[in-house]
Amino acid sequence: MKIIVCMKQVPAGTNVEIDPETGAMKRMSGETRTNPYDLFALETALLLKEKMGGTVTVLTMGPAQAEEMMRDAYTMGADEAVILSDRKFAGADVLATSYALKQGIEVIGGADLILCGRQTTDGDTAQVGPAIAEHMGIPHAAWVSEIVNVREDAICVKQDLASVTQVSELPFPCLITVDKDICVPRLPSYRLMRETEERPVRILSFKDMPDQDLSRYGLIGSPTAVERMFAPPETQKQVYLEGNADEKTEQLFSVLTEEKII
Amino acid sequence: MDFLKFNAQKCSLCGICVEKCPFGALTMEDDGIKVSENCRMCGICVRQCPEEAIKFEQRAKEFDKSQWKDFLIYVEQEQGDIHPVTYELIGEARKMAEKAGYKVNCVIVGGEGTRKNAQKLLPYGTDKVYVYEHPGFEGLKADCYTDAVADCIAATKPSSVLIGATAFGRSMAPRLATRFHTGLTADCTTLDIKPNTDMVQIRPAFGGNIMAQIGITKSRPQFATVRYRVMDRAKKVEHPAGKIIECPVSDAMAYSKIKILSSEVIQKQKSLEEEEIIVVAGRGARNENGVRLCQELADVLGGQLAFTRPMVEDGFGDTAHQIGLSGRTVRPKLIITCGVSGAIQFTSCMNGSEYIVAVNTDPDAQIFKTANYCLVDDLFQIVPKLTEMLKKRKEDDEDGVSL
Repeated sequence: MKIIVCMKQVPAGTNVEIDPETGAMKRMSGETRTNPYDLFALETALLLKEKMGGTVTVLTMGPAQAEEMMRDAYTMGADEAVILSDRKFAGADVLATSYALKQGIEVIGGADLILCGRQTTDGDTAQVGPAIAEHMGIPHAAWVSEIVNVREDAICVKQDLASVTQVSELPFPCLITVDKDICVPRLPSYRLMRETEERPVRILSFKDMPDQDLSRYGLIGSPTAVERMFAPPETQKQVYLEGNADEKTEQLFSVLTEEKII
Repeated sequence: MDFLKFNAQKCSLCGICVEKCPFGALTMEDDGIKVSENCRMCGICVRQCPEEAIKFEQRAKEFDKSQWKDFLIYVEQEQGDIHPVTYELIGEARKMAEKAGYKVNCVIVGGEGTRKNAQKLLPYGTDKVYVYEHPGFEGLKADCYTDAVADCIAATKPSSVLIGATAFGRSMAPRLATRFHTGLTADCTTLDIKPNTDMVQIRPAFGGNIMAQIGITKSRPQFATVRYRVMDRAKKVEHPAGKIIECPVSDAMAYSKIKILSSEVIQKQKSLEEEEIIVVAGRGARNENGVRLCQELADVLGGQLAFTRPMVEDGFGDTAHQIGLSGRTVRPKLIITCGVSGAIQFTSCMNGSEYIVAVNTDPDAQIFKTANYCLVDDLFQIVPKLTEMLKKRKEDDEDGVSL
């Protein structure tokens, strides 16, 4: 069974810099970490590999510094790591990102199962996974909270869809996005760290992509554009209650009573 | 339509696509398969082609935006009824439609009962409700639902498509936007329309302090998802003039590779979104004891206890009770935040609340920018005191003594 796990390096902190000319976020500044939700996807892949045999390839798009994240994936048990890295991919929105990832998946020979985290902590859109599935013309299931069963030709998953849980079976090839709590990501292994020290991380650039149409990648290939960024408006009506803790509570109690809220 | 792309090297000219196309949009010509204007993007040929020679491979290019008009609302059904976010989407779309001289249409997809549910939309001022009812649409399957909605979009050419940011909506919307090679803005908190029909889409962006205005200026339709309880619900109109349009659904359109084996309703009393009073425990609640104090306050108020993301990650609550971008959006009458710092991912999902009370020891906490009643103090003192006062009044009320 061939599994690909899509991952992303996200800013570790909450400070962000905006390029004043393009309105695009500058991702280079500051500390980074692996998108926490992607670790659940990687762990799910590793568990499936232990059960079914096969390989786990981790795939990301980003600057060369993503190698650090890929090395971490090696220490958890990933077999192969691929980074799509090229200035031409920069500034991509969901459509251009998912298209580049789809091209990358093609280059590495496709997969039976593609796994993604439920969303990233920076964009928070949860859109790239389903978009990859659409580009590839394969079925997908989002918000997967449990792998119920897996066979040579299909996977059975439980999806958490807010008011209902649904158990569905998807034939391979397919894509699933997994929720947190589907499993507990394992800790890096020292043995694997030593063993994979020399293992290369494959870098793919624009020239390696099967589709050489530049207008499909990066900022040019992105139909959405950030027009402006601004601080959120502050609410107007505001009262600071004064006094000691008891006095503040009494004031709060009486204003809320007056306003007929409590 | 040039949405379909044929790979001439793979195509064996077997003619299956021509035969299977329900719209007669494909013809076999001397130089290969040709696609006519009748193509509805249903995707049947893509699935039927034994050589996998047909793909949706449309490219962004200069668009004649004037060809794309009106709003289309995707109507989700939840447990046999219309999901309430639908009425909010209609309300928001009607405001914009008035400015642009557009109509507001709906598309509803599902199994038995869908046609009946469609009737419920007409009093809210929708123009046409396109219904795709078929037994194959039982259960939530992103692939065939995408095919049905794509069919409606290709036929009606809407300028904008609004979709509720429900779990399923967020799973289907990216497939649709990808199929039409256009943009999708997730979780919009403000929508407006410019005179040139481009939507102004505002959403909280990563980082803690930033709102982003997103534009989809070169392609159509413009896709946006909106959370439940963010926009104002549509009011009923005096003279509803809309109508139901039944759309033909072939077995092939309703065919999904996904097999639903079972579906179970999650039992719960009142969802957090429906709650009128919410008490939130943030990181300042620190431990089990702090959470218990907040729970007691919520209980005596007859409301629910909710959490911030860090508290859920630390195991104090589940995601169904998490407020924020990765959790729920709420608009209760009263929300009391206890030890919540107030990052934008949190405040953007509760700032529609009528009365916001914040208790935090840090006078510089972001939450005080959002709160109406600010208590710069220790929740370990304020919360039990407030609980005690409320309990006392309750007892007094029960004794027939008013305060």
